[in-house]
Amino acid sequence: MRYKMRNTVSDQASLPLKVAATAALLFLHIPVWIILLYAFTTDEATYSFPPPGFTTRWFSVALERQDFWTALGLSLRVAGVATMAALLLGSLAAAAVYRSKFFGRETISVLLVLPLALPGIVTGIALRSAISIGEIPFSFWTIVLGHATFCMVVVYNNVLARLRRFGRSLIEASMDLGANGFQTFRYVMLPHLATALLAGGMLAFALSFDEVIVTTFTAGQQMTLPIWIFSQLTRPRDRPVTNVVAVFVILLTFIPILIAHRLTRDAGGTHL
Amino acid sequence: MTTMEVSAALRGKRSFGSRLSTYIYLRPNLLLSLLLGPPLLWMVVIYLGSLAALLINSFYSLDDYTGLVVRQFTLKTYAQLFTPANIDIVTRTVGMAIAVTLAAALLAFPLAYFIARYASPRLKGWLYLAVLLPLWSSYLVRVYAWKLILAKEGILSWTIAQMGLSQALQFLLDLPAIGGPSLSLSPIGIFIVFLYVWLPYMILPIQAALERVPKSLIEASGDLGARPGQTFRRIILPLAFPGVVAGSIFTFSLTMGDFIVPASLGNSSFFIGQAVLSHQGTSGNLPLAAAFTMVPIVIMIVYLLIARKLGAFDAL
Repeated sequence: MRYKMRNTVSDQASLPLKVAATAALLFLHIPVWIILLYAFTTDEATYSFPPPGFTTRWFSVALERQDFWTALGLSLRVAGVATMAALLLGSLAAAAVYRSKFFGRETISVLLVLPLALPGIVTGIALRSAISIGEIPFSFWTIVLGHATFCMVVVYNNVLARLRRFGRSLIEASMDLGANGFQTFRYVMLPHLATALLAGGMLAFALSFDEVIVTTFTAGQQMTLPIWIFSQLTRPRDRPVTNVVAVFVILLTFIPILIAHRLTRDAGGTHL
Repeated sequence: MTTMEVSAALRGKRSFGSRLSTYIYLRPNLLLSLLLGPPLLWMVVIYLGSLAALLINSFYSLDDYTGLVVRQFTLKTYAQLFTPANIDIVTRTVGMAIAVTLAAALLAFPLAYFIARYASPRLKGWLYLAVLLPLWSSYLVRVYAWKLILAKEGILSWTIAQMGLSQALQFLLDLPAIGGPSLSLSPIGIFIVFLYVWLPYMILPIQAALERVPKSLIEASGDLGARPGQTFRRIILPLAFPGVVAGSIFTFSLTMGDFIVPASLGNSSFFIGQAVLSHQGTSGNLPLAAAFTMVPIVIMIVYLLIARKLGAFDAL
């Protein structure tokens, strides 16, 4: 019996494994808590620890900053439009891949993943090259074009995963009962896809709202919120305001991610 | 009555929507092109078109006197890549990508192993979310967090001082290749931050690969007399390896193409991303930036070919 026990991999994790796993988990999460702490520090010139004192006044200072509001507005508008485009194009691609087998079907998946799989700088400089060769002026739309391109795959993955769990028999039943294609889509498929679309949209929004590498190449002189933060990273001028903005951005990206996770938890999880 | 006659008899009473729907339904290729057309057109025109523009640009050159791009085919720009300074940038970046990838695999494996093998379903859900949340949440803010942590007057130096290890830190920072004036201005700092931001990308594929190891195989190994260590080395590890390779694609590729982390924390020695950024920006030398981008693309293609040989694509 002793012999047997020793040879079976036990159901209890060993202590070193638990310690290593916990360490990795803490490494992933503690840094974000530290930002929360710094948002309340009274120190405005350095990052000194422990903070000399605590205050909430930076929140009101940040709220009065016009450059913050302008950058936030641009980021929200870009993310909104890019998400809409990604929802439409990503769902269409997913429906096409789900519905029929055609020549080059696998290539479509690879093509859609490529903007996320290749280093962001490749997508960025590629768009920048096209803008240069086409002599297109930088605008709101040059940013949206880039964002929609890499957001599409998130929607595509989520919708395709949901479609694959969806029996074709339901569609056939709907057609047999006399519904036309549009009615089947409206009353059978859309309710089933709704949460996948919402989750894909949320993730696409979070992805776009946070993107900086591609945006650097397509924005010209325009300032999205991530570009504003990046400028503070390389040349810190307004440390207390940046701390507050960082907390704000964390909250604003956590919410859609948590919602997306909840929406897809019972249906195979979110898809990158 | 044949089907044709039925549909002919019904046609008069049916709405435009129904008729349109039937019309499309009877022509699968039309439906397919309606569905596939817009996304495919977008990807081909905007994405592949841009990649083509990138390639074309890399064969242009910059006129040194006027500072304007000369739109004529030349290999001159590629030749400029092979200066000692640029080769330095490439080796520095690739070295960092390798170091980050290895460290990420070591750090990710225990957590992935714990999630896959030992966590209860409820705990597994929470841990999965705990890995997913940093992966999706603001990458810039997470880099910013380390700017606070690694600062000379920041929390890490403070903790090290409290532990009485300041001299050890100073020794580390005095090392020639990896040191610097402070943690936030040294390759060590860049390494830590890269490891931190890309770690979730390594955990998830390893966990997925481990989940697929059949429990019966592990039990069989034990029944046949293998000690737990042997089972781990000879059964679990080989089966999880494609997952590690899959994760390494992300950590390697993301490190190679990043300029945010070295620009925020590094000293004046450039990484590939920074070189591309500065060539296209301040010096207006878009052709050289484009040619420089070919370096990570070529390295990634080679890397992906090796990864495919190692079975990484089945683990994605």
